This record gives sequence, C-alpha cells and structure tokens, in this order.
Amino acid sequence: MRRKLLSAPYLVWILCGTLIPMAMVFYYGLTGDQGGFTLSNIAAIAETGHAKALWTSVLLSLVSTVICLLLAYPLGLILKKSGMGQKGLLVFLFVLPMWMNFLLRTMAWQVLLEKKGVINTILQSLGFSGLRLINTPTAIVMGMVYDFLPFMVMPIYNVLAKIDDRVIEAARDLGANNFQVFRYIILPLSVPGIVSGVTMVFVPALTTFVISNMLGGGKILLIGNVIEQEFTVGNNWHLGAGLSLVMMIFILVSMAFIAKFDKNGEGNTF
Amino acid sequence: MKNNKIRMVLVLLAACPLLAACQSSGNDSASDAQDSSAGKGQVYIFNYGDYIDPDVLKQFEEETGIEVVYDTYDTNEEMYPIIESGSVRYDVVCPSDYMVERMIQNELLEEIDYDKVPNAEYISDTCREFADSFDPGNRYSIPYNWGTVGILYNSRMLPEGTITGWKDLWKSEYSDEIMMQDSLRDIYMVALKILGYSANTESESEIAEATQLLIEQKPLVYKYATDAIRDFMINESAMLGVIYSGEVLYCQEENEDLQYVVPEEGTNVWFDNWVIPKNCRNKENAEAFIDFMCRPEIGLKTFEYLHYSTPNDGTLAMMSEADKADPSVNPDKKILERCEVYHDLGDDVNRMYNRYWKAFKSE
Repeated sequence: MRRKLLSAPYLVWILCGTLIPMAMVFYYGLTGDQGGFTLSNIAAIAETGHAKALWTSVLLSLVSTVICLLLAYPLGLILKKSGMGQKGLLVFLFVLPMWMNFLLRTMAWQVLLEKKGVINTILQSLGFSGLRLINTPTAIVMGMVYDFLPFMVMPIYNVLAKIDDRVIEAARDLGANNFQVFRYIILPLSVPGIVSGVTMVFVPALTTFVISNMLGGGKILLIGNVIEQEFTVGNNWHLGAGLSLVMMIFILVSMAFIAKFDKNGEGNTF
Repeated sequence: MKNNKIRMVLVLLAACPLLAACQSSGNDSASDAQDSSAGKGQVYIFNYGDYIDPDVLKQFEEETGIEVVYDTYDTNEEMYPIIESGSVRYDVVCPSDYMVERMIQNELLEEIDYDKVPNAEYISDTCREFADSFDPGNRYSIPYNWGTVGILYNSRMLPEGTITGWKDLWKSEYSDEIMMQDSLRDIYMVALKILGYSANTESESEIAEATQLLIEQKPLVYKYATDAIRDFMINESAMLGVIYSGEVLYCQEENEDLQYVVPEEGTNVWFDNWVIPKNCRNKENAEAFIDFMCRPEIGLKTFEYLHYSTPNDGTLAMMSEADKADPSVNPDKKILERCEVYHDLGDDVNRMYNRYWKAFKSE
C-alpha cells in the first residue's frame, strides 16, 4: 500500500503532463468545427502549403543532423583521448552555452548574420563584399546546428568514454591498424550514442518554429510554423492538432527506423 | 499596485470561467452599493497598454470628482472574452474597428446617448463615414485614434517623390531592401490594393491573384516582420518598409531621413474607439469620460502623447502647420477615398485566406 502511495505523484504527473494533453490533441485533431469525427485535419498535410513546409523541415533538419554528427563525432574522439583534467573542462566548455537562454542564443545569431551584422562588418573591413546570410535556409541550418550540437556531443562522448581501452589494445595486439580499430571496434560500440544523438537533434529540429522565425525572416515556412500559426493567428485548433498528430506519426516512424537500424548495427552490419 | 491586484484577479477569473460566473453575480450587490455611497462614484476603464496620457486621467478626476479605475490589455482578442463573460465589468473600453463590429453583432454594447456627449460634434465627417462601415449609424462607438498603413522610406537613399505607391515595393532595383508586414490582413491588403480590389474581398479568384503577386515579390523582400520593421528602418538595414502611421513620428525622431507615404492605390485605415459595454457599472460616468476625451484640448494632449491621427476637427485646428501637413498625421483626402476599414470576414473566408497565405509563405 505504502509503495502504491509513493507512486502517486508520478501517476498524477503522467496523467496531467502526458495522458490528458495527448487525449486533447487527439480529440481536437480528429474532430471538426461542428464536433463530428473527421480525418480531414490529418489529410490536410497533403495541401500544397503544408506539404512544402513539411518537406523543407525534413530537408533542413536532416542537413543539420548530419552536420552535427560530423562535428560531434571527432570531437567525442578528441575528448576521449585527452587527459582527465582537461577533459572535464573541455566538456564543460561545449555544454556551457546550453545554460544560456535558447532565445537569447538564437538572437545572437541574428546579430551575427544581419546585413550589417558582425560577420559582414568584418568581411567588409577586410575588403571582401558582404554575404547575404540572414533570412536564408543556410541561416536556419546554422542556428539549428548551434542550438542542438550539445545534444549530439553529450551522448556520443558518453558512449565513447565508456569504451574500455583494453578492448582497443587487444585489437591492436591482434594486428588491427588505426582504420580497422575505428571501423570494427569504436564505431560499432558507439552506435547507441549516435542513435540517441541523431534522435535528439533531428526531432527538435524537425518541429522548431522559433529558429525559423528568428533567422528565416518569415521567408521560410517550416511545419512547426504552420502548427504554431494555426493555434495563434489562424485560430483553427483542429487543424493545428491534426497536423501535430501527423508530426507525431512522423517522429515515431523515424524513431522506429533508427531503432531497427541500431539493432542491425549491433548485430551484423558492422 | 492596485493595477497589479486587479490584473491578478483578471488572470484568475479568465482562467476559470465557472469561478468567473459566480464571482460576477456575487459582486453585483457589493459594487452597486459602492457606486451609490461614494459621491460621483468611479469609472472603470479598460484600454490598450500605454494608450492614454496619464495627465489626462488625472485632469478628468480633478474636474469631475469621478475616480478612474484603469486596466489595460494588449490585444482585442484578450479583451473580448473578459467583456463577454462579464468576469470584470467595465464602463468604457477601447476596441478596434473590426472588434466593435463583432461586439455589436453579439449585442455586447450599449448605445451612446449623444445628448450626454456634446463634444462628439468635433468628430470629423470623414471619420464618421469610416466608422459608419463598422458601426452603422455611429450608434455604439466614438473614434479615439485612427491611422493608416503606408510606406516608410529612407530619403537619403531614395530621393523624395520616388516612392508613391504599393507598386514601388515590387521594383527589382529595391531587391533585399524591402520589409513587409508579417500579418495576413496587412500583406493581402497591399496586393489586393495594387490589383484594384477591395481589402475585404471574399472572392477566391481575387485572393488567388493577390497570392500570385505576393509570390512574385518574395525574392525581393528582405524580411517579413512586425515590430522589427521600425528598428530596421531606423538603423538603415533596409530602404523601405510597410508601417503603421502611428509609428512614423517615433521613427523620424530617431532618424530624420525617414519619410512616410500614404500609397496612392489606397490602404487600410484603422480606428480605435470608445464604447460602453452592456454590463457596465455606471453609464453616466462612462459618457462623462468619453465626452471629456472628445474635448479638442484633451485631443491635442492625446496627440502630443501618442502621435496618432486625431478624429477631432477641433484638435486638428489647434495643431501646428507642420503637423497638419504631415501625411502620417493628416493624410490626403483624395487618397482616403480609396482607403478601407477591415471587416471581420467570418471563419470560412478567414480560412480561405489562411490557406492561400500558407501556400505563399511556403513557396
């Protein structure tokens, strides 16, 4: 009995924080204005505006995820190889920006990328012509990479740090060269870190609307913006909820895909 | 302090309609008793934030002996449910044009007794006619401020006279220098006016044509923004931008090269108006307050504080020649004939606009 009582706060938490909100999203998403059941809010994803926004979101978040992975993996290796004392400080330095407000960090990119921003001022004072950076897809990718990179670094570093050095030594003893050690030992052992890093970058990047608002200048519409606007200015909660259900399906499918890939990876692919 | 308390109550009440219902019925007797016991009583005013000269309120209290209880809101949409539910009862509210229309339709407003508001005669005929389109017969509302949507441009980069209308925002030589409003009605208004259609059109083919025009303009636009346009124009990150006339004087104070044009194709004119809700506490005090606000010298104080166009002919006569000649304060009558007030289009039409808007934004 007492044990059951101890679980009460968590049950309340799950009820208020997950089950009730989810039920409301399903309710709004599957009903129309008059209250009847309809799938039209979900089918609306096929409308040109929505489909294009979804496609842009997928594309930009994929690019950001790949860049994050390419930056984070070598970093993880370096952090692993560096000595203990240094290591703590280095990890700390990479995670430090996460302690600052997310909006503030994105706003800083605005200042950097603006037509008369920091980057262009430096370029022009060196005699180069200024770059058109802000309000482009590139600017959004830069913002996503900066904001989400720590989410890629942490899991990859954690997994790499846990690899027993003796395993690597054993591989060398048996005559493996650097490439073989990486390809057959380090990479397969770090797959769980990569998978969790990819999910933690791809999912928030796919649904963001703040970064595209601030760095896209209203010229690039992501699916997150569409959903946000349906709830605010569009005043059509049913459509907004319907589209977020589509996103939920999308995210579940991609997570399942990654999980499957992970299982294969640890099995025989590598 | 008082304001904060009231606001807290407001938030609580808004959060819980059930509680609100009990609260308002329970409050009736208490507040009525208060009204009769205290000499001239109070007037409960609900207005946009920072939208009145505090001195004016003080002067009103001193002259009439009526105590002002003052609360603020940020958007029409925030104000509406509070008045509708009656969770807090106000005597005077200041909604915008389309919201006045909606409040009249939903029978939330009390007719104004013009005998009690003699100063209303100063309201100009032009403004009365515009107000007639959202409040037929001017029965429920009296304009407080009004303005236009137009183009702000930097006259050091673009000589005066080069910018005359909306069509200039489609010229490729201004590529990357154009800032557009990031709100559905304002952006479609610009395109519809170029095409010679009404900003309140409900015709799908006209909306589709406007969408096409906006897609053509998109590569030239530097940024779609709202409040930020002001700052970008001041620090010269862009040469021209769509802006509300009320922001022009502030921009010019910060950067004297900025000039305002009311586009020749016509534009949107907006009105903020005093109204009296049906569930007000004291209609006489409400009318006394509105009458006070319609006095020409009070109108001038308001103008000096807010810099919006005044609907008051008496106030206009008292202004300096420079202000009278400023198109952001006193636009050309001929262009005004081509201007329109926004109407509430209803859910179906709004959704149609929204669909086209997303198609244009995702392009």
